Amino acid sequence: MSTAIVTGSARGIGRAICEKLAKDGVENIVVCDVKAEWCEETVESVKALGANAVAMEINVAEGASIDAGVEAIIKQFGAIDICVNNAGITRDGLLMRMTEEDWDSVLDINLKGAFLMTKAVSRHMLRARKGSIVNIASVVGLMGNAGQCNYSASKGGLVALTKSAARELGARGVRVNAVAPGFIKSKMTDVLTDDVKNRMLSAIPMGKFGEVEDVANAVAFLASDSAAYVTGQVISVNGGMLMP
Amino acid sequence: MTLEEKVKTIICETLNRGAEEVTPAADFINDLGADSLDLAELVMKIEDEFGSMIDGASIPEEDTASLKSLGAIVEYLKSKGVAEEL
Ligand SMILES: NC(=O)c1ccc[n+]([C@@H]2O[C@H](COP(=O)([O-])OP(=O)(O)OC[C@H]3O[C@@H](n4cnc5c(N)ncnc54)[C@H](O)[C@@H]3O)[C@@H](O)[C@H]2O)c1
Repeated sequence: MSTAIVTGSARGIGRAICEKLAKDGVENIVVCDVKAEWCEETVESVKALGANAVAMEINVAEGASIDAGVEAIIKQFGAIDICVNNAGITRDGLLMRMTEEDWDSVLDINLKGAFLMTKAVSRHMLRARKGSIVNIASVVGLMGNAGQCNYSASKGGLVALTKSAARELGARGVRVNAVAPGFIKSKMTDVLTDDVKNRMLSAIPMGKFGEVEDVANAVAFLASDSAAYVTGQVISVNGGMLMP
Repeated sequence: MTLEEKVKTIICETLNRGAEEVTPAADFINDLGADSLDLAELVMKIEDEFGSMIDGASIPEEDTASLKSLGAIVEYLKSKGVAEEL
């Protein structure tokens, strides 16, 4: 029996992760997002793949919401084996024009949210002496990006959180890793102008944007026993855009 | 079972130590080789076991530093109103 929770999985990369985990045989998948009803489509597609799926309302910016959700999962399934911190938002703008609120909301959801989730699930994973946590970072957290000081700081912070948590929890069999996607076709990138898209493409050796499944494949690897000796690492899925 | 016996069982399990080593005064870190993660786990298990009997169901972070031995935990729980006989 294995149980996974994926935050912000109503759509996009989160949904693709749920579907891939289901295909790989994870039995119970908790689909969560700000509103439970947003999760229905993902729940249906996961069920169609033969896994058990439940929708859950978890706002990762709120500790109480996370704690209640995690308790409910433990009650229902007895354990959490995989936790994917995928929920994330952008509030782009030039540094000089960025409001304090734009900074706070991005840091609260992208970074504090992952901390609170990790704290809540690690308690149960420690006891079980196993578990895999995967954080969805971003290429811009590694290289920076004009117009995304808040977002890139949140993702760079997430990478550091990943490494510190991996050091703390490693001796107890709990692994913590990150996936840093480059530009992936999604609602987040649909809104870009053709001009911006073309400029980005010229920086990608593979000459194309990634698909949500490309990210999901890397997450599924890190979540699985195939990555049993992998912790504290960042796997880049970026078509060669950045080679650290 | 007494409170002390119950706490002792939890300590032996968590720190992987024999009952004869876990004396009331044995210091978890200096005498029993525990690290900070062991202590965090121990507090978690104490909360799970006795949470329903103490106020707020959890042990405040500032109190955890004093919980260095079996004796200290037993005294602490008694001060929170947990009975000596369970
Ligand atoms: N699309 C890309 O090119 C790209 C690149 C790098 C990293 N990422 C990261 O991948 C992750 C998923 O991105 P996506 O492209 O699928 O975006 P998306 O906007 O389609 O999906 C994000 C999901 O997170 C949810 N969410 C937002 N705030 C939340 C909160 N407080 N609590 C719970 N859920 C919340 C949203 O409702 C949404 O369903 C994000 O962390 C993003 O930063 C995306």
